Amino acid sequence: MKISSPEFKNNACNALDDNQLQGALRHVRKNFVKKRADARRDLPEFDALRDSARAIKDHTLAHLDLYLEHYEKKVIESGGKVHWATNAAEARGIIMDICRKSNARTVTKGKSMITEEISLNEFLEANEIQPVETDLGEYIIQLRGENPSHIIAPAVHLNMDQIRDEFRKAHTHLPAERSMDEPETLLREARQILRDKFLSADVGITGANFLVAETGSSLIVTNEGNGDLTQIIPRIHVVVASIEKIVPTLEDMAQITRVLARSATGQETTVYSTLSTGPKRKTDEDGPEEYHVVLLDNGRSSMLGTEFSEMLRCIRCGACMNHCPVYQAIGGHAYGWVYPGPMGSVLTPTLIGIDKAGHLPNASTFCGRCEAVCPMHIPLPKMMRFWREREFEQHLSAPSHRRNLTLWAWFAKHPSLYRFVTSIGMRILAIWGGSAKRINWLPMAGGWTKFRVLPAPEGPTFIRQYQRAKRNAR
Amino acid sequence: MNSRDKILSNIRQSLTSSQKNLSSSDERKQAVRRRIGSHPRGIIPDLSSKHKLLTLFQEKVEASEASYSKVKSYVDAAAEIQQYLRQHNLPQRIRMGKDKRFKKLKWGKGDSPQIQTGPSDGKDFVCLSHAQGGICETGTLVLTSGPDNPTSLNFLPETHIILVNKKDLQENYEDSWKALRRGFGRGKLSRTVNMITGPSRSADIEQTLILGAHGPLRLHVIVVDEAK
Ligand code: SF4
Repeated sequence: MKISSPEFKNNACNALDDNQLQGALRHVRKNFVKKRADARRDLPEFDALRDSARAIKDHTLAHLDLYLEHYEKKVIESGGKVHWATNAAEARGIIMDICRKSNARTVTKGKSMITEEISLNEFLEANEIQPVETDLGEYIIQLRGENPSHIIAPAVHLNMDQIRDEFRKAHTHLPAERSMDEPETLLREARQILRDKFLSADVGITGANFLVAETGSSLIVTNEGNGDLTQIIPRIHVVVASIEKIVPTLEDMAQITRVLARSATGQETTVYSTLSTGPKRKTDEDGPEEYHVVLLDNGRSSMLGTEFSEMLRCIRCGACMNHCPVYQAIGGHAYGWVYPGPMGSVLTPTLIGIDKAGHLPNASTFCGRCEAVCPMHIPLPKMMRFWREREFEQHLSAPSHRRNLTLWAWFAKHPSLYRFVTSIGMRILAIWGGSAKRINWLPMAGGWTKFRVLPAPEGPTFIRQYQRAKRNAR
Repeated sequence: MNSRDKILSNIRQSLTSSQKNLSSSDERKQAVRRRIGSHPRGIIPDLSSKHKLLTLFQEKVEASEASYSKVKSYVDAAAEIQQYLRQHNLPQRIRMGKDKRFKKLKWGKGDSPQIQTGPSDGKDFVCLSHAQGGICETGTLVLTSGPDNPTSLNFLPETHIILVNKKDLQENYEDSWKALRRGFGRGKLSRTVNMITGPSRSADIEQTLILGAHGPLRLHVIVVDEAK
């Protein structure tokens, strides 16, 4: 996937100017937030389950090597194969080998962020294998040549008109004058078209929400059923999963799935939760003949034990972005790579480098909502602060930014001068604000005021008021 | 060093360097063995204030947009199925697996539906499966793969009918794992375990929930209250 994180500022400006996108983002603000709150209210044990989920992941990460070994043993016992990949290129190579050996020409795919992370689709296409995304949202954005803008609702940035146009353009074998006024009609059309793809695909590739060490199983949770058709119809099922997806037992998995669906969509559970263990058995009449797991590290083993270690607890529920005022305002594409929102602001720099993704941890108001709603208690703001510090230490922030900070630091160390300058500044701003007491434009801060209104300062500064109050109290 | 060893040794290195008193490798191995062996349950939602389990199951099944009915025997189940097909203007043609319990279904004389067995090729309107269990906590059916109930029947038809024996209803997921372990042995599972809660759906178009995405459009759950 092309990285546009360095252009974050531009991306964000464009997003704010995009009326259609702003309309679509209203759904995020409205639906996701409310549904999660309702789901949490309906389960008194929700917070206790969050603590339990965190403890399970912490224990697992502290024994990650051993659980991975156990998991591998169980997969092999059930007739599956485990392939280890230290980085994206290795993972792509492994998948390509599997496809080549079976002369695969088409691949159906269940929704998987990890295959976005390794840019699998571009790679398969370049090798003349056609990847078909089968999750409705993923299918739509694949038609549009876009990337997902949300980790669980990949097409959340689009409205119905755009989807209809795309279907008319892509499905040219259908009568042009057909009615497409209802979302149901669009869904039926996609169902019809993808049905044939499911039935004719050579290989099915899915991600995994969890890998269960106890049984050597992969679990996927979906609502559409596309992931299941992907993993039972083709002759070969390939699971791509990163190493931190592992949980010890089925019980541990259930603790975490209880908070996963509720945090993601507000559902008690998704429609389908499916455990796959090895290829089909001798007496089975359907199911894949081969079962492969590609275990991807891609920098994660080096995150262990660092200040970013806790990020490895992430279960990709999307709650942090749904509740983030920055994500709600600019959507996912502005972040410029696979993972948007607060979790992306922490994860992206570890995966593509802080030099490219430095803007992301800075795009935060530090309101703390992401951490408050994260089912895995991941301290996202703290980690974004770590990145800011690293960026500053490595002299990666813009010179003007650094100059201003240095200037501010100098003033802050000279309190009387600081007070003098700020009081002048405030008086000017108060006059600038006029009778409306609102500032809609400021020289050298046009980018800021373009989307915000600055309330003009009223009355004396805090220090002044404090001193006056102290005097009066005497 | 191959990739496997590289990853594992990198994990060990990261863990050792960050945890000053990382327990000995024997202790760590024991902790892992113990957890997998004892599979502790953690926090279980308390359903005791909710109504009877069967009522809860029905409530949750219906909340998942599936339809629900309860019959006294497999003989009655057959009648219920035929009635359901008529009601929904569906052809009297059903695909099912080789589950022995299906033998007890007694179709009405003269109008017995056409029965096909084996996996689905995607052309079936109606498929019938027998669940191994049901989870009252969420109204979920647990189906295990095999010639008895091929997995494709759960996903390819437009209408899916699932029978579940009342005796196999469990309160929560944890009880259902217990039943699976009893059936398959420790650390083993059928190729596929499907936990199904309602018909398939999507909310990918403007977050409007629409039933019937890639899986069944309709799901009918029949609880059979007959001792096995
Ligand atoms: S960081 Fe937390 S809230 Fe965000 S996706 Fe991961 S688990 Fe969910």
